[in-house]
Amino acid sequence: MPLDVAAPVGRVTKGETLVDQMRAGLDAPICLTWELTYACNLACVHCLSSSGRRDPRELSTHECFAVVDQLRDMQVFYVNIGGGEPMLRRDFFDVVEYATTNQVGVKFSTNGTYLDPAAARRLAALDYLDVQISLDGATAEVNDAVRGDGSFRAAIAAMDHLAGAGVGPFKISLVVTRHNVDQLDGYVALADRYGAQLRVTRLRPSGRGVGSWHDLHPTQAQQRQLYRWLLDRPNVLTGDSFFHLSALGDPLPGLNLCGAGRVVCLIDPVGDVYACPFVIHDEFRAGSVRDDGGFAAVWRRSELFSSLREPDSPGACASCGSYDSCQGGCMAAKFFVGLDLSDPDPECVHDHAAPLLAAVAPGSTPQSSPDHSRRAAAGVPVTLRRSGTAVRSR
Amino acid sequence: MDLQQRYRLHPQVALRPEPFGALAYHFGNRRLSFLRSPEILAVVEGLDDATSVAAALEAAEIDAGRWAAFERALATLEESEMIIAVAGESGCAA
Repeated sequence: MPLDVAAPVGRVTKGETLVDQMRAGLDAPICLTWELTYACNLACVHCLSSSGRRDPRELSTHECFAVVDQLRDMQVFYVNIGGGEPMLRRDFFDVVEYATTNQVGVKFSTNGTYLDPAAARRLAALDYLDVQISLDGATAEVNDAVRGDGSFRAAIAAMDHLAGAGVGPFKISLVVTRHNVDQLDGYVALADRYGAQLRVTRLRPSGRGVGSWHDLHPTQAQQRQLYRWLLDRPNVLTGDSFFHLSALGDPLPGLNLCGAGRVVCLIDPVGDVYACPFVIHDEFRAGSVRDDGGFAAVWRRSELFSSLREPDSPGACASCGSYDSCQGGCMAAKFFVGLDLSDPDPECVHDHAAPLLAAVAPGSTPQSSPDHSRRAAAGVPVTLRRSGTAVRSR
Repeated sequence: MDLQQRYRLHPQVALRPEPFGALAYHFGNRRLSFLRSPEILAVVEGLDDATSVAAALEAAEIDAGRWAAFERALATLEESEMIIAVAGESGCAA
């Protein structure tokens, strides 16, 4: 989940654990992800929102302001703005400025393509705004195989512009794949060069990731390597996304729970509210900010969120000694590979999911819905470009 | 932590009451903290009007035997700059 938490303050009374209380859900999310548009200039093979084409039903500027008003009243401290590429919205700065002047902080993710020197200067002038540049390889070769030709160069140019405008410490955000997991130290060096902070998150088989996950997700050996690397670097942000690795030993820093519908959620570009950014699918749609009562009513009263706040059943993991550490893993990961939500995580570090995965009938896995991939790309099986075999069409 | 020192909530910190106590978010350093009981929330909320930490603890009717636990919690909040000492002021002053 997209939540980076500082160490909780010391407990002064005994009772339910903090995690128990989080599981039962809060009156308002701590933070949420808000994807402003499905439009994107890139077509990353693992895009969790299958972005590409703008949706004609996307929220108007006025509707975005109304969402911010509600978030302010609910005291949602900040939103993680993404997309699509959020800077493709013409009112991007209007929405961001409206949020930050209404006590709703903004952390926004961009591929950097449109972050020119003028945009960097405008961002630098805003309080309560953090910028996060997505980069899925520490080298152009590894990054561009996933995010597309030229995307590494664009991201580096954006970072140069941010540094030049004095934006302050920004974040470099990467999704761990089997191709970049060996580059983590290279990422640290890159981040250090810019005084940037590293944010490392987990690849999910969501969106276009349905097609690319099997080729991209880290191997078991790489998961163990990643776990040790993260344990040694508590200052690297993870958005609490690797709690399934806590089954390997000491827990990683963070709340180590699935916050979907309990402490986080997603608002998509057309105003639909989903349990988390990784489950853009009808089964996990709780309602819409356009419904009566808006976002607050969806958060407080949707049947889906109420059911997610019920105590978890360990299901198939009941007999495993690691359940307390990993909580059975990520709901979205299970769903999109065709497992039951009470099954182990597909990347269970004890390999408990392997026989179940082998039994999933080909073609029976859920497809991303909705799909905003550009038509040329839609429906075409995703193939990864191997280094040295790229063909540049003219 | 000097219990006679005067503290206040950092002006960029927002408190959001929750059944377990409160969430505290610092808009400056972007840190989030959990105040784990309504009592610690009452103490933190009372800092602005109190002449010292000790006075805030008394105003929130915290039993003196439990002050050490509260002191630790407040020290953690000071580390993350959720609360800050008020320079040049101390409850000791005559």
